[in-house]
Amino acid sequence: MEQSTTAPLSENPNPLCRRAWSPYVAGAGIGILSILVFLVVNKPLGMSTEISKLSGWATAIFTGSEAVSENAYWSQKKPAFGYSTVFLLATFAGAMLSAKLGGTFRWEKVPGVWRERFGPSAGKRMVGAFLGGVIILFGARLAGGCTSGHGISGTLQLALSGWIFFAVMFLSGIATAKLMFRNPSNPN
Amino acid sequence: MNLPIPTSSIGGLLCAAVFGLIFGVLLQKARVAEYDVIVNFFRLRDMTVLKVMLTAIVVGGIGVALMMTAGWLEGYHIKGTKLLGLVLGSALFGVGMVLYGYCPGTGVAAIATGSLHALVGFAGMLVGGIAYAFSYSWIDANILGVGDYGKVRLTELTGIPEFAWWALLALGAAACFTWLERSARSVGSTGHQG
Repeated sequence: MEQSTTAPLSENPNPLCRRAWSPYVAGAGIGILSILVFLVVNKPLGMSTEISKLSGWATAIFTGSEAVSENAYWSQKKPAFGYSTVFLLATFAGAMLSAKLGGTFRWEKVPGVWRERFGPSAGKRMVGAFLGGVIILFGARLAGGCTSGHGISGTLQLALSGWIFFAVMFLSGIATAKLMFRNPSNPN
Repeated sequence: MNLPIPTSSIGGLLCAAVFGLIFGVLLQKARVAEYDVIVNFFRLRDMTVLKVMLTAIVVGGIGVALMMTAGWLEGYHIKGTKLLGLVLGSALFGVGMVLYGYCPGTGVAAIATGSLHALVGFAGMLVGGIAYAFSYSWIDANILGVGDYGKVRLTELTGIPEFAWWALLALGAAACFTWLERSARSVGSTGHQG
């Protein structure tokens, strides 16, 4: 058990009602889940492909579905309701259930670390989050996967692509954080 | 019951619901659906993300390798290594992850815990997906073919056998965790914060 200085694990006997679990327990859980998914439906974990299919749906609202089905990308990754759609919706439901039971659900516009650096403006944070969202999904599709598909499912199969993703994403993220959170008055 | 269950069947969709629910609970309880935890990892101030991911990789990897040996799995699901696209995409992903504060999966989980900026970022992800789809023809012709090494596993690349990789990774992770916990204890209450 981690000697946690973070949110203390409360004593509630129902694990779902605790605020958080040890990162090792939760991590092992994700590992076991990926084994189960492999065994039962013969699929890796994944999220970003489904989100890019949802963007096909969103596009169809404006352009009609024909333009979407003729698109070079969406003709390969057809936007259609299926396993991955249910998986995404259920992930949402599971996280909400967990947050509600654990008592951590709260509406958040500006998170603490962002506020410390960029101030309390919600507009600023929303612009940052939106741009970040654009970049991360474009990057995920270009790389062929995200933290789930490459970072967990890929690496645990010893796929070269997964480990390259892990290393490059990690280094790029550290460099970005260094730039973004550099204190202008006290650079170090 | 015959495994694997076809994902397009009702049973498959039911599995998606169960697996997704568990995934959502795990992401939330691991605290990786929190902006501060993700961003402080990249600022090297909170190693929660590393602990969660390394544990998942070692536990899941050993499990899959064992089931593969036992013949319970049909085969691996390896993504190809299209080097240029992979490196550029992963680099963008790192930038996006720090700016957004989540990855695609944890972003979905974060919206469910009340993070409104995660929802705005989700709209951004949809736009990112649209941008990718409309530039796909060009990217496919000019980027995805550069350095295409196919589906390569580390075992084939290095000649180091499966079990040695897992022994190495498990020991490496254990050493890393021991060191992290020890330094966390000696530093006391500094380091990460909720």
